[in-house]
Amino acid sequence: MIAARYQTAFRLYPYEKVTDQEASSAVRHPVVIIGGGPIGMGLALDLGKKGIRCLVLDDHDGVGMGSRAICFAKRTLEICDRLGCGDPMVEKGVVWNLGRVYREQEEIYNFNLLPEGGHKRPAFINLQQPYFEQFIVEQIREQQAAGAPIKIRGQNLLTKLEQKPDHILLNVDTPDGPYQIEAEYLVACDGASSPTRNMLGLGFEGRVFEDNFLIADIRMNADFPVERRFWFNPPFNPNETALMHKQPDDIWRLDFQLGWDIDRKVELDSAKISKRVSEMIGKDIEFELVWTSIYTFRCCTMKDYRHGRIFFAGDSAHQVSPFGARGANGGIQDIDNLGWKLAAVLDGGAPDALLDSYHDERKYGAIENIKNSSRSADFLTPRNAAHEMFRDAVLDLVKDFEFAQPMVNSGRLSMPCTYDASPLNSADALVGGPTRTRPGSPLSDAPLSSGYLLDHVAGQFAILAINCDAPEVFEIDGISVEVHSLSGADDSEGHLAERYLGRSGSALYLVRPDQHVAGRWPAFDADTVATAIQKAIGRE
Amino acid sequence: MGDLILTPNIPNSDDFYEALLNVHEGLDEPAMHALNARLVLILANHIGDETVLGQALDAARKAT
Ligand SMILES: Cc1cc2nc3c(=O)[nH]c(=O)nc-3n(C[C@H](O)[C@H](O)[C@H](O)COP(=O)(O)OP(=O)(O)OC[C@H]3O[C@@H](n4cnc5c(N)ncnc54)[C@H](O)[C@@H]3O)c2cc1C
Repeated sequence: MIAARYQTAFRLYPYEKVTDQEASSAVRHPVVIIGGGPIGMGLALDLGKKGIRCLVLDDHDGVGMGSRAICFAKRTLEICDRLGCGDPMVEKGVVWNLGRVYREQEEIYNFNLLPEGGHKRPAFINLQQPYFEQFIVEQIREQQAAGAPIKIRGQNLLTKLEQKPDHILLNVDTPDGPYQIEAEYLVACDGASSPTRNMLGLGFEGRVFEDNFLIADIRMNADFPVERRFWFNPPFNPNETALMHKQPDDIWRLDFQLGWDIDRKVELDSAKISKRVSEMIGKDIEFELVWTSIYTFRCCTMKDYRHGRIFFAGDSAHQVSPFGARGANGGIQDIDNLGWKLAAVLDGGAPDALLDSYHDERKYGAIENIKNSSRSADFLTPRNAAHEMFRDAVLDLVKDFEFAQPMVNSGRLSMPCTYDASPLNSADALVGGPTRTRPGSPLSDAPLSSGYLLDHVAGQFAILAINCDAPEVFEIDGISVEVHSLSGADDSEGHLAERYLGRSGSALYLVRPDQHVAGRWPAFDADTVATAIQKAIGRE
Repeated sequence: MGDLILTPNIPNSDDFYEALLNVHEGLDEPAMHALNARLVLILANHIGDETVLGQALDAARKAT
């Protein structure tokens, strides 16, 4: 039976009966995505834009209530630009780059997350997760209207799956009863308690952190700064931490650490929450509680993100603490990685082995996210006397000595992952090339006379030929590579040279469809590039 | 940088040892622990070399 597990903020894909439900035998789909959260919808959009038929099943008919994720990182926005939904997010979102850390009432440290210019997108925007999801779905609707083969089925609950040699058989429940479909590939984007994972009996291992955090999203008119403000031991929440952050629509995210032994019911009482809020923002500021919730967290991951024809992406594959905003931001990097690979295998003749690299690269990314988010959690919630002693020592030292600043950990905010050691990389052959653009790294943006670099390199293999000759088009085994020839004339501000040449006079970059560098050399050589492309699609 | 130095390296170690005791003078136990924690962080930052720091952590743990 289909039953609502949560309230929806926006109804975006109401249930409709489809012919698959009446077919005499199960209809086969190339890609079925379980779960229409930000990750599942992001993947559907990416695949659909590439012309790959895909079907999203979600057991609800819209976006869940409550802001949940609010911080979306630059890399996520760059990926959303590639998908065509970056602009509305940035227009609606609150842009911020600066974080301040207080101890009691005194500011002890601040950080700028984007200390350099020459990027189209800011370090972060704050945007309620329902809007983020809505903008993705709106772009899906636009793409559908233009012919993209994406289907979304609301109130379609996956209840059972069977792995067959060349497909997966799914049982789906709907308000009109159950039906079956087949999937050549299945991507489970069904969240942290992933039913797909459970149906396959797969584990989800890691650490639970013994702490509770209270979120209060409030509406108020106040001129607090548009910065991430974080407190250790503030007078309004003694011995704990607190966070304040602006969202669109005059909504502010307040986050109070509560400790482990609490009575949830007492803490969720709205009078009690209002009192906490008043103590934080000041007694004479009026506000309205919009959404409140208490969360605990764990840092967990599956062992393998690929099981035959089934892939796991987003929270179903890994879960992190909210400190560092690595949940949705990490999940979006998953689908950025998986989308082009599925398309290359289904449509472009790439070998099945390419799909193994999804696990290699994204597990690596998840481990990095878990490491960072666990460290932040340990700083905020010291687990023993030694943890507490050194945390306090850092906070003591940072007032007087700059060296302690990098040790203050109020969250290491999401950064894109560099796939060092990926099997798809060719060895770095650019002597003197900048570290930030080494093979495996996501492209660094740079302003060019013709617009931002990342807007030019979006969705297929590309070559950047900087101060060197390259053919106007390049094609190998049916893979066409777009070639961008660039020189000092395109780079009036010098960012391209700084980010891509370093000490080299020229450079040739091979860029994957997800804007990660596959290889780089001082000049174009057809055989070398051809070999690198074969490697980057798993043919080696 | 090289390895962690585990042979005598402070020219007048008695003077240093006395100064180390003096700096703890008049502190209660939590304040002493806090001071030592700050001292460790200050020295660690000065050393800066992750290999040497790792060797120092091992040596300290082993010596008990
Ligand atoms: C308090 C809080 C704050 C956070 N802050 C941030 C932040 O600032 N930045 C950030 O990046 N991340 C943040 N996160 C994490 C972020 O919310 C998640 O990482 C993100 O929602 C994961 O997206 P997802 O699509 O993988 O899963 P979900 O959003 O959980 O979506 C899963 C979908 O699958 C559907 N589904 C489940 N079972 C079935 C089934 N059997 N059949 C069909 N459909 C099914 C569900 O209905 C749902 O729509 C925060 C999380 C919390 C709780």
